[in-house]
Amino acid sequence: MSTEEIVKTINGFLVEEFEVEESVIEPSANLKESLELDSLDYVDLVVEIESNFGFKVKPEDFSDIHTFQDFYDYVANKVGQN
Amino acid sequence: MNRVVITGIGVYSCLGSNISEVEHSLKNGISGIGIDPERKEHGFRSALTGIVPTPELKPFLNRRQRVGLAPQGEYAYMATKEAMEMSKMDLDFFEKNEVGILYGNDSSAKPVIDATDALRAKKDTTLIGSGSIFQSMNSTVTMNLATILKLKGINMTISAACASGSHSIGMGYFLLKHGMQERIICGGAQEVSYHSMGSFDGLSTFSIREDDPTKASRPFDKSRDGLIPSGGASTVIIETLESAQRRGAPILGEILGYGFSSNGDHISHPNVEGPVRSLKMALKESGLRASDIQYINAHATSTPAGDLSEGKAILETFGNDGPFVSSTKSMTGHEMWMAGASEVAYSLIMMQNGFMAPNINLVEPDDELKRLNIIADTRYQDFDIFLSNSFGFGGTNSSLVIRKFKA
Repeated sequence: MSTEEIVKTINGFLVEEFEVEESVIEPSANLKESLELDSLDYVDLVVEIESNFGFKVKPEDFSDIHTFQDFYDYVANKVGQN
Repeated sequence: MNRVVITGIGVYSCLGSNISEVEHSLKNGISGIGIDPERKEHGFRSALTGIVPTPELKPFLNRRQRVGLAPQGEYAYMATKEAMEMSKMDLDFFEKNEVGILYGNDSSAKPVIDATDALRAKKDTTLIGSGSIFQSMNSTVTMNLATILKLKGINMTISAACASGSHSIGMGYFLLKHGMQERIICGGAQEVSYHSMGSFDGLSTFSIREDDPTKASRPFDKSRDGLIPSGGASTVIIETLESAQRRGAPILGEILGYGFSSNGDHISHPNVEGPVRSLKMALKESGLRASDIQYINAHATSTPAGDLSEGKAILETFGNDGPFVSSTKSMTGHEMWMAGASEVAYSLIMMQNGFMAPNINLVEPDDELKRLNIIADTRYQDFDIFLSNSFGFGGTNSSLVIRKFKA
């Protein structure tokens, strides 16, 4: 899966499932603030990632993900490892 | 003691998605029963069910508000939204005034089954998702609505089988009457998917007249062969007369009496004595004579034993020349946890619009029940006082007496 496809897939479920306005999705924007995520939302983010990319995120991994770009890089890295 | 009145109703059922549609169905004897092909695929004995559409909630609720709602909670939200508008209550009112919620619900099978399926497939609990726990608990409707509406009064689910909705109104009535609350959102919700109905279907309790679904539910008719499961939600907002008048809210009716009893008998087989005690208690509480009741919305679900027992209980309580009787379940099927609330709403719609809804599909009643005044066709007649019966598994009984408001 190319980086471009990963970004498109992530943005797709953020818009569709998390109802994020496309206009707020910027690589440098803060993920938690843009998505207004609470602790319950992270559970659903884990579900979406597993469903779209086939791997399970450890909840503690989110502590190092701050921006959308961090999120893309994290997923790309995991997909690459697989 | 406070007088207790009803200031808002909402219905989301197989008869319509709002009061106006439901009134049309009730007046014209239109059935909401159809066939669910999925039930046949899963080996059901009967595929008959009330057909309830899935509401579109995105225009009203955000993702976090929707994710914890089970299907019956979605129906309950729609019904409550309608009742709030009628009662002139909104989120700002809930912020500034104490309003409670007591809603009837007694299962949430689909989320539990979906979660178990996910766990078995994924072997990971996180992958069940965040909404499942809030959809799966029996109190799913009250926990979600209380959160969405930011309610600050009593917050509790009433589980009493097919009398849940009726008891929710009855218990709310007591709290208001004794001054412990001023306003409570009461009601009943019922899931309708096949997940929730398999074990009930297994008891051979459902009608198998699949060749003509709208004729299958025939309460009190000699040829009835069982009930048809159905669902949706209905909300009945109750408040003290003082509160309603202070707010200038519309007053749809006054609750005069609530009777209840337990059969102390079989878990599923009805008896006559239990309902008689419930009926007599409601009448005594209301201060009315039996002859004052003009209409009874019967519990009658179209099962051979249940309708006969209820009919006998009505005859024993009201004698010959008793009130007019119909079972709206002839059109809705059995709305179970919701039925006690929806049937109060249906009866209020009738009382406001000067008609009594028909007990459709009645050709010939049981020989023992020929003295009951069952309405086979819509009766256009003003009336002021009705009684609504609800009975459930375990022998739980509830009867409510409601009168058109008189200052």
